[in-house]
Amino acid sequence: MIATSRLAEVFVEVADTLVDDFDVIEFLELVTRHTAEVSQAASAGLLLADPNGQLQYMASSAESVRLLELFQLQYQQGPCLDCFRTGAPVVNTDLTEADERWPVFAPRAVAAGFQSVHAFPLRHRRRVIGALNLFSTDTGRFEPTDVRIIQSLADIATIGLLQERTVRSAEILTEQLQGALNSRITIEQAKGVLSRTHHIDVDAAFELMRAYSRRNHHRLSDVAREVVTDPGQHPELMSAP
Amino acid sequence: MDDVPGRLAHVNYLIDNEPSLPGAAPGTIGRLERLCSALSRALPAMGVGVSLLAADNYGGGTLAASDSASRVIEELQFTLGEGPCIDAYASRSPILEPDLAGRGTRRWPGYGPAAQEHGVEAVFAFPLQVGAARAGALDVYRDAPGALTPDGLAQAFTFAEVAMGLLVDDQHGIAGTQSKVNLDDVLAYRLEVYQAQGMLMVDLGVGIDEAVARLRAYAYARRRALSDVANDIVNGRMTLDRDTP
Repeated sequence: MIATSRLAEVFVEVADTLVDDFDVIEFLELVTRHTAEVSQAASAGLLLADPNGQLQYMASSAESVRLLELFQLQYQQGPCLDCFRTGAPVVNTDLTEADERWPVFAPRAVAAGFQSVHAFPLRHRRRVIGALNLFSTDTGRFEPTDVRIIQSLADIATIGLLQERTVRSAEILTEQLQGALNSRITIEQAKGVLSRTHHIDVDAAFELMRAYSRRNHHRLSDVAREVVTDPGQHPELMSAP
Repeated sequence: MDDVPGRLAHVNYLIDNEPSLPGAAPGTIGRLERLCSALSRALPAMGVGVSLLAADNYGGGTLAASDSASRVIEELQFTLGEGPCIDAYASRSPILEPDLAGRGTRRWPGYGPAAQEHGVEAVFAFPLQVGAARAGALDVYRDAPGALTPDGLAQAFTFAEVAMGLLVDDQHGIAGTQSKVNLDDVLAYRLEVYQAQGMLMVDLGVGIDEAVARLRAYAYARRRALSDVANDIVNGRMTLDRDTP
């Protein structure tokens, strides 16, 4: 099920992101998009744990998945939660037969058009720091080789968070994670500002901000922060289209 | 599973039951002093301090501390112009330094030895922030090198969250209303809370700090969950206007 022809390109792109102008939220979004693409899943989502051990939404490749990730958090059930608690991948789960396992989440995911789900732990040594979710619209099954490759993509996400190739210390990880969580909050605040400014919904606001950041070679987190604290820096983004 | 209201309510309970020092300041500062003492006692730590900081680097200073010795240590950073709380505020992430004598002194060649002279061997700084809204930092001091435990870290982050709430409410004229009640609930809705904060900035024509405070004050006054109010705002069912108390 893995599009191996794309794998090499994906690793190169991800490695490049680690070097130039690193922005943690953009990086995590890139990981989810590439994971979805490489695994030929419909969509992917990524959650990270805060210092209280509570998973928080960080990124996804599609809007429908963002809602499902939030749904898992709201009801504290789902593949990401299982994966996070056990530290083991959740693979090849048929959602139509998962009602007992996830009585609230499974029907909701099926209603959203997904048939199978997989989750991979983001690990740092013995610590599980989050989970990467894949959703498929078919019952596509991952072979063991596929599982290893996706786990590698999850591990790359962790390395990116650490901003270093060699793992250094638990302190650095906590600092980075907390920074990432705060960046996510800032992006949500900026979405609110743009949503009201342009009379669009928050998801359209996010797309607007992301497209603007890319076009102007700015880091998404920087633009978000400036939209909230110093919007004069981005007149093009703040004025009517 | 984390229980948000319980976690924050527990911190407020600890603060409520923390004895005041003689000559303690009234109002928010007094409460912040008790917050510092309560955290110092809970971890335990040698001392805790809270400082105000601003992006333009002027006017930063110690706001509260668990005791007079910690207040002196907290001030060192402003005297020397370097230190963990300054870095934490600037970087928008915590600065955790379990080894002040070694790596800490390489990072802060002035502050490291100066803090050590006061007995500090490890320091942990937590920015007081909610996204782009920033107020300052909370510092934890220890007299022996070594990391905080995961539980200790979790405690410190929770105390920082409460401290930020106190500062935001105090800075925007709504002091005293929320020090004992926390309204943040189910985490899954929290994204909407932050979106609503951004929306209120535009609706009210205010900065993010005030938007954060106004949203809290509104929910508190009407005994509604913060996430419910946020949901209403995000879905266009309501907003606040300049006159809404």
